[in-house]
Amino acid sequence: MAQIKVDGQLVEVPDYFTLMQAAEAAGAEIPRFCYHERLSVAGNCRMCLVEVKGGPPKPQASCAMSVKDLRPGPNGEPPEMFTNTPMVKKAREGVMEFLLINHPLDCPICDQGGECDLQDQAMAYGVDKNRYAENKRAVEDKYIGPLVKTSMNRCIHCTRCVRFTTEVAGISEMGLIGRGEDAEITTYLEKSLSSELQGNVIDLCPVGALTSRPYAFSARPWELNKTESIDVMDAVGSNIRVDARGREVMRILPRVNEAINEEWISDKTRFVWDGLKSQRLDRPYVRNKAGRLQAASWADAFAAVAKAIKGSAGGNRIGAIAGDLSSVEDMFAMKALMTALGSGNTDVRPPMSGLDPKWGRASYLFNPTIAGIEDADAVLIIGSNPRYEAAVLNARIRKLWRAKGVPVALIGAKVDLTYPYQHLGQGFETLAEIAAGRGFGEVLAKAQRPLVIVGERALSHGSVGKQPGRDVLALAAKIAQGAGDRAEGWNGFAVLHSAASRVGGLDIGFVPHDGGVCSADQMAKAQKGELDVLFLLGADEYDMSSMGNAFVVYIGSHGDAGAHRADVILPGAAYTEKSGTYVNTEGRVQMANRAVFPPGDAREEWAIIRALSAVIGRPLGFDSLADLRRQLYAEYPHMARLDAIAPEAAADLVRLAGNATKTQTGGFPSPISEFYLTNPIARASAVMGECAQLASGLRQAAE
Amino acid sequence: MLADKDRIFTNLYGQRDWRLEGAKARGGWVGTREFIDLGRDWITNEVKASGLRGRGGAGFPTALKWTFMPKVNDGRPHYLVVNADESEPGTCKDREILRHDPHHLVEGCLIAGRAMDAHVAIIYVRGEFIRERQHLEHAVQEAYDARLIGKDNVHGWDFDIIVHHGAGAYICGEETALLESLEGKKGQPRLKPPFPAAMGVWGCPTTVNNVESIAVVPEILRRGGSWFAGIGRANNTGTKLMCVSGHVNTPATFEEAMGVTFEEMIEKHCGGIRGGWDNLLAVIPGGASVPCVPGEKIRNAYMDFDGLKEVGSSLGTAAVIVMDKQTDIIKAIWRLSAFYKHESCGQCTPCREGTGWMMRVMARMVEGRAQKREIDMLFEVTKQVEGHTICALGDAAAWPIQGLIRNFRHVIEERIDQYTWSSTSDGAVPSIAAE
Repeated sequence: MAQIKVDGQLVEVPDYFTLMQAAEAAGAEIPRFCYHERLSVAGNCRMCLVEVKGGPPKPQASCAMSVKDLRPGPNGEPPEMFTNTPMVKKAREGVMEFLLINHPLDCPICDQGGECDLQDQAMAYGVDKNRYAENKRAVEDKYIGPLVKTSMNRCIHCTRCVRFTTEVAGISEMGLIGRGEDAEITTYLEKSLSSELQGNVIDLCPVGALTSRPYAFSARPWELNKTESIDVMDAVGSNIRVDARGREVMRILPRVNEAINEEWISDKTRFVWDGLKSQRLDRPYVRNKAGRLQAASWADAFAAVAKAIKGSAGGNRIGAIAGDLSSVEDMFAMKALMTALGSGNTDVRPPMSGLDPKWGRASYLFNPTIAGIEDADAVLIIGSNPRYEAAVLNARIRKLWRAKGVPVALIGAKVDLTYPYQHLGQGFETLAEIAAGRGFGEVLAKAQRPLVIVGERALSHGSVGKQPGRDVLALAAKIAQGAGDRAEGWNGFAVLHSAASRVGGLDIGFVPHDGGVCSADQMAKAQKGELDVLFLLGADEYDMSSMGNAFVVYIGSHGDAGAHRADVILPGAAYTEKSGTYVNTEGRVQMANRAVFPPGDAREEWAIIRALSAVIGRPLGFDSLADLRRQLYAEYPHMARLDAIAPEAAADLVRLAGNATKTQTGGFPSPISEFYLTNPIARASAVMGECAQLASGLRQAAE
Repeated sequence: MLADKDRIFTNLYGQRDWRLEGAKARGGWVGTREFIDLGRDWITNEVKASGLRGRGGAGFPTALKWTFMPKVNDGRPHYLVVNADESEPGTCKDREILRHDPHHLVEGCLIAGRAMDAHVAIIYVRGEFIRERQHLEHAVQEAYDARLIGKDNVHGWDFDIIVHHGAGAYICGEETALLESLEGKKGQPRLKPPFPAAMGVWGCPTTVNNVESIAVVPEILRRGGSWFAGIGRANNTGTKLMCVSGHVNTPATFEEAMGVTFEEMIEKHCGGIRGGWDNLLAVIPGGASVPCVPGEKIRNAYMDFDGLKEVGSSLGTAAVIVMDKQTDIIKAIWRLSAFYKHESCGQCTPCREGTGWMMRVMARMVEGRAQKREIDMLFEVTKQVEGHTICALGDAAAWPIQGLIRNFRHVIEERIDQYTWSSTSDGAVPSIAAE
């Protein structure tokens, strides 16, 4: 600890603190542009200059100088810094003037207007007149992709975007070229950025040089209703803020949550909102005699479903599969309906999944937690491409690698993870080798905090009866437990889910029970005519051609694969249109909030299911969302503890790790290759489509 | 006045052999082994006794700089980096050493390396210096071949010298930008602290010295620190390479004692001012980056660090630019502003934006197309740049203009008046309207 006087006020701070941090500790505000807590220090904007006593006689950049760089006074007095002296005021005014001389007076037509650091700080620290009589600099705008729009005249060369892309996103595609006045931020060859996190440069840019292209000129920040919510594009559960105007979602921004997404979100999370407006199911449909879907009233749609259910022998001849975006409430209601119908055919997992809640909750969670990644000292990734499956989580692994340079290894298809790793092999043989403690297994055995990430694809492949996923799970648990000494309280077994609904569904037992069968078996039975009615609760990632003649009821928000196969469509609400609980891959319970109302006749899924249950004469025991939640919380108390992870007994994993494995050989299927099109909302989004097209073009060009 | 026997650089004009043979014949590489054996502290103390101040411009005591290097090696190698990126307009002293007396530098590297426990010296040569680099590389190779440096050399101090060629950017002469450039990065100055002595090139303790500072060290040790300290005035000791360019009869680079008066220097080496002393307008005494001094003030000034400080300027690299009364002083300073605008690295705000602004206002003032109040504004802008930047380039860009305004304000005002008087009744100015 070191003492320092900030504007005469004595504070005690750790000596590695920068002057800026010390000032913040003392409550003194210091303006800044280039400095950002999560990026390296550049010290180039010079806005944070302060006066120091015990250091050089010039104004010093407080973001770069640390408290221990200052000398104490002759009699051992603590060093002093000042943030309000004439020298500092003059320095700030000078820097602000320099920043503004070449900055266009664009504010009325600039998308950053109203949330611009330069605007705000010019108001607070600038002077009100302009002495610059020369022509302003003009800089050509650069094309850097369909997501980020540039307006380079506005750039103040803080290099936050350069530092973000190289440090956090792990791509060296942006840089500052030229020098002096002619310095320009560019992607060198004007090619589009290839990162899944590039949208974050929009938030980082302190001026309007980098703005959102899809959002361009569409709204002003002060007209937007801001709703804090949770993202469902992947299983990370990034904290987001949904900005809506009227009934329209205008944009999605990240919220800070140190435990999950820090302050980044992936591009899919950020730019998917235009998908909320297209391909929407806004009224019920019933397939008519001619085999075409025809718009219908809710009553007719319900009647058609009720008829199909009545026509069925019931029990396990009815099934339900939940999709990737379903909230816990939706699945809870669905499960209640299935129970009322006497069926145990419920499943939230992809076909052939090796996950099973019977092994304990720890067997399907990302146990070390996302923040815990930073403590790991060795990383093994099994059959996953975290860059595509959980881009923000991948940035954490990159952060760990940058900070500690820990060994990282991957089994499965070779992919670009943005950090170097050892590619051990393609599949099961390698996994068994490591489980036996050979090769990278030795590294893991020596590690105190090994992190073993198992991807969903590795856990769900094969065919009916042959499900190597179970063995992958068991071996991964075995590797995570390992032979070596583990740090106290460390559980390195981490299942990386790729869907927001998965953990919640597993938590409430949306899996086969009471004689029910899994999703693949349900479809197989449907194909054979042994299943009469199949509910698809927003489930689109299944093979729709292999459901035989089963009567398919699709409850969901978008006209995607499921809706095309359906015999009855019951229009639901998307994630921005309902209050729903989601459990992320680490088991953290979070609640998404409603930002807008569902379009047309669409309703929240739980309400649809409740209404349907009344039509078929088996009314469920809740009449409101609050009722439903009361029952949910009574049955699954941890669902009530928002933002918390219920502690799990790691001992369960010992049982799992002890499982005998049968599989000997076989590669893991390739992880998702198309980052931008993984769910119905993204597939309905034109922006995501453009990105996907561009990405595939880039891939082809690279091949 | 420096006696011939006191000269360190005896082949400044390349009239003799610059190779190892010639260097040895002129007394180079004599007694080096003893200096190395006497060890780190002895060398440093001797250099301290000589009062040698850095010859790169800032005049920081060289021995003191060496003592900043860690005393105990923490496992990281120490590096000596020699700054041979001599790009200051008007300065042409290091190139004479590089091409005509390279062994002074090579030997100096070895000794200075010993003084800071460095086993590697990197000489960063300016991109435009082609012949200089060839000579230096040749000299280094000769030294390797003669086992004067290298592994298991005759001096008993393993030492490697790497000659690195820059790509031609003025800013890479700034010590931390030079280190960045050495590392293969963009030449942009680093934030200090940490200083290079704690964390320099590749994160290792590094001392960056000017070519001349290093090249004079062997002779100082051979003749003793007191000899060097006996030349010049107190606190401004020794000999110095000076380069006079501009409106003198015979522009030249020469070695002279510090503290020689300006008049004596010009009369002795440069054949006097073109058109006589009455024709002297102004002098930029230390390379482009220092304020100019009016002729009447500089005539009796002492050419050393403190002497020039007294007349409101600085010795810098002792590159004297003489301007007679034919000179358009505003345009001359504008040209320097253009240079600094061109060479600003663009990293930090005041310099990136300020150099262009200053140059443009200067350009108008050359024509007189300005308001008189803008003179004060320009002065204020230079003050807003000075001291607010990461490196000293901002200061260097500001000082010439400050010198101009302080000393030649009346010239600028006359120019503005002239412009105003030339305007016609409708406000057009003929020279402009004709375009």
